[in-house]
Amino acid sequence: MFGNLSYLALQQYWWAIIALLGGILVFMLFVQGGQTLLYTIGKTETDVKMLVNSLGRKWDLTFTSLVVFGGAAFASFPLFYSTSFGGAYWVWMIILFAFILQAVSYEYRTKAHNWLGTKTYDTFLFINGLIGTVFLGTAVATFFTGSLFSVNAMHHSFWQSPYRGLELALNFGRYATYVNLSLGLAVFFLARILASLYFMNNIDDETIMERARKQVMKNTIPFLVFFLFFLINVLVMKGFNYDPVTKIVGIESFKYLHNLLAMPVVLILLLLGIVMVLWGIFRAAFATEKCGKKAIWFSGAGTILTVFALFLTVGYHHTAFYPSVFDLQSSLTIQNASSSKYTLTAMSYVSLLVPVVVAYIWYAWSQMNKTPITKKEMEEDTHAY
Amino acid sequence: MLMEHFNLALVDWSRAQFALTALYHWLFVPLTLGTSFIIAIMETIYVKTGKDIWKRITKFWMVLFAINFAIGVATGIILEFEFGTNWSNYSWFVGDIFGAPLAIEGIMAFFLESTFFAVMFFGWNKVSKGFHLTSTWLVALGSNLSALWILVANAWMQNPVGMHFNPETARNEMVNFWAVLFSPTAINKFLHTISSAYVMSAIFVLGVSAWFLLKKRNQALAKRSMIVASTFGLIMSVFMVITGDESAREVFRVQPMKFASMEGLYHGQTDAPLTAVGFFTKTPKPEAPNANEWGPKIKIPGMLSYMAALNTHAYVPGINDLIHGNTAHNIISYYERIKMGKLAIAALKEFQLAKKAANDSVARTALKTFEANYKYFGYGYYNDPHKLIPDVPLVFYSFHTMVGLGLLFVLIFLLTLIYGLKGKLPVKRWILYVALWAIPFAYLAQEAGWMVAEFGRQPWVVQNYMPTLSAVSNINQTSVIITFFLFGVIFTVLLIAEIKIMLNQIKQLKDGGQQ
Ligand code: HDD
Ligand code: HEM
Ligand code: HEM
Repeated sequence: MFGNLSYLALQQYWWAIIALLGGILVFMLFVQGGQTLLYTIGKTETDVKMLVNSLGRKWDLTFTSLVVFGGAAFASFPLFYSTSFGGAYWVWMIILFAFILQAVSYEYRTKAHNWLGTKTYDTFLFINGLIGTVFLGTAVATFFTGSLFSVNAMHHSFWQSPYRGLELALNFGRYATYVNLSLGLAVFFLARILASLYFMNNIDDETIMERARKQVMKNTIPFLVFFLFFLINVLVMKGFNYDPVTKIVGIESFKYLHNLLAMPVVLILLLLGIVMVLWGIFRAAFATEKCGKKAIWFSGAGTILTVFALFLTVGYHHTAFYPSVFDLQSSLTIQNASSSKYTLTAMSYVSLLVPVVVAYIWYAWSQMNKTPITKKEMEEDTHAY
Repeated sequence: MLMEHFNLALVDWSRAQFALTALYHWLFVPLTLGTSFIIAIMETIYVKTGKDIWKRITKFWMVLFAINFAIGVATGIILEFEFGTNWSNYSWFVGDIFGAPLAIEGIMAFFLESTFFAVMFFGWNKVSKGFHLTSTWLVALGSNLSALWILVANAWMQNPVGMHFNPETARNEMVNFWAVLFSPTAINKFLHTISSAYVMSAIFVLGVSAWFLLKKRNQALAKRSMIVASTFGLIMSVFMVITGDESAREVFRVQPMKFASMEGLYHGQTDAPLTAVGFFTKTPKPEAPNANEWGPKIKIPGMLSYMAALNTHAYVPGINDLIHGNTAHNIISYYERIKMGKLAIAALKEFQLAKKAANDSVARTALKTFEANYKYFGYGYYNDPHKLIPDVPLVFYSFHTMVGLGLLFVLIFLLTLIYGLKGKLPVKRWILYVALWAIPFAYLAQEAGWMVAEFGRQPWVVQNYMPTLSAVSNINQTSVIITFFLFGVIFTVLLIAEIKIMLNQIKQLKDGGQQ
């Protein structure tokens, strides 16, 4: 089945999978967003407990999405994996440290004799919520704006900034930094919106419902400002193309706009995604309570579509998806960074499992969500976080 | 590039960091692998018998499982990304093969675990009994599947198969997925590792229950748990010894240098005796490998030959034979291998230059030379074969610690099972103390096993092809030093918190009925 596909088709297929995983990951970052809202939406201990337990049933899935995103990138585009992770060392290390802190916090926060105290674990959750969203969003923006590295004939890569990736967010003398950060902040506020919608969906409590609804509105304005700033910049900026025959990388004005116009399906997905995100927000903020409970599905699916479309824009149509502004010809494309045809084919068979995975996650969730989280449950359940 | 051209301090710090994080991760993984099954068995008994005490037993061990699981996950994520952050040249050189199992692990195993973990833990009153039990079994399956894939990846580094070097992309490419998955090294590694993890978990359950009996608390729970753990542990420990023995044979076949180091064998011989217990009086160094001296030593005649080849008369090469070669036994010296490796490296360069200059005939001859010598490619990075010897005493002591403890554990399970079935456990206090004290030793055996496997293969990151020093990322050493200490501090803090919580959970368990 996959054996008949061309090498290029396989590379495109795997880029689409990476894009989909990226989309799912950004959607799942609602867990991180929620962690920054624990003490904003929760005013009493029971409030916070409900919020934590609502997130606590999902955090591992977000975590796993990140791990699988990394694993899939390693298997399908190893040169990207080695260049970005080995190069932007500090960016990734900081992200990883934030996730290490998260992984123990749910389980340990209210256990007796937990040594560090509940407040510390809750601070860990906040740190993870902040760094996880802002840094990941910023990192994705560099797919458009480029980084400083070179790759030699043996495919060893060399990062060309002593700040090891931190310059991408902190070099304020470079315009691209603002574009990078704007996506980071957009993801941060989006995650908080999605978290509020998620709370509305599965916690059965009047006051939390009301406060979450307020948070949806409060976070929408900064989200829109940062996201639109990013999007407009992407549409008008110079991009990185490569010649399909000679493989030479060059700079093209309005590259990403051209890509979208050349691939109308991607353009439609992008617009549809954005509209769905906004529609979810609108329903939560202004429609009935019942509508509000379902809003997460619209905004969530919209998030996945938007991110998916952005990844396709930067990876398809002869575009260098991980450009180097230090040495253009070192830029990574889905063709020069990928695994061999054999490996991509083998992995494609494995990818057939993905629908199965999605199906059982869906089934397990729906079983668990039949009964929403309530105050009463928190008081009775001895396992609650 | 030659060895001297690499930043050795950077390599050492990177190794130290990987060793630190991997050893930490491995403190938690075996318990996850094993208790997930033990819990599933207990819950099955509950569903079958409908007796409430089994539900309480299941829930108690589940809490300990979750506390351990959380920190296992925390320490695991970093390992996956470290291949990229700290071993990026490795990631390109072998990513085509090595990345696949990691990705499959995520898709097949981690999602299974994380989805059903939530059901198993929070679903008691939300889903049906049957669905809950299924979830518990799926968590066990998921965690063990994750072990499978990561161990396949590790086995491939020890015994690289199913690949072909592509000189144009300068990397190894997979040509046979099944060869990678079903390599004998991978099979042995998987079976031995999971059985050893079951043994460790059984010891953990046994030891904690023994403590309850010593304190005369929760006796109904403790006695039942001990019987489940002893039965499970006895079966698994026998299996562990068999697969360990099989692994040793596999090491002998594909990593003779590691095998010689495990036994501290310098001079090869036929009818080789096994050193059951032994001490070095002087520590040999790689630069002067013959400077060792054996102190007291107990030997079992012919046993090493038997272990290596199932024949007490078989020839086992020592470290010196590997370095200097041995024509009688068809062993190519390391000097020879270094020469061939250098030819391969030079030919690869020539090939790439010729390709660039579009000089096809030169490229073709260069490729021929390259292919004829590729088998020893990695040796070409070295001038001195003595640099290719692992740390012998470390490997030797680790190996003997592991094996000695392994045999002891079989005995412990046997005794607790016999006394358990006779109902005499509460009065045989000495065996309870033994079971309790076995816990730290089970951890020790686990860590020792990995020290054998990982230090024993040095200086190779991929046996014979890629030396550790050429695998490292091109980063500054200071960054790695900082992250090394950050990991050390964070993991230690989290470990202390984990132990405190765990001990408290055990201590505060209320008497759960005495039927
Ligand atoms: C409770 C822990 C434990 C115990 C008691 C044993 N093992 Fe083990 N052993 C492991 C835990 C372990 C491990 C941690 O799982 C390792 C590390 C790497 C691996 O594949 O498994 C291992 C590796 C390992 C290796 C090296 C494999 C390699 O280098 O790839 C050998 C030869 C043995 N074992 C042999 C034995 C024998 C003959 C035992 C007899 C009693 C034994 N082990 C007991
Ligand atoms: C969790 C159990 C494991 C433990 C305790 C462990 C232990 C170690 C140790 C002690 C080292 C340092 C050796 C040295 O530099 O002298 C090391 C290195 C390394 N290990 Fe493992 N290891 C484990 C599993 C794995 C697995 C499953 C893989 C691969 C999938 C792996 C890949 C590596 C790599 C790439 C290095 C760095 C390069 C090197 O030093 O050779 N390890 N490990
Ligand atoms: C050095 C190589 C290793 C890497 C890269 C690695 C990676 C990881 C990661 C990323 C996680 C967190 C997954 C999650 O989101 O749930 C994890 C957890 C886990 N790993 Fe490892 N791991 C390594 C070694 C091992 C080995 C050798 C085994 C088994 C033999 C193993 C078994 C597990 C299991 C069972 C878990 C689940 C929970 C737990 O740790 O308690 N890992 N690992």
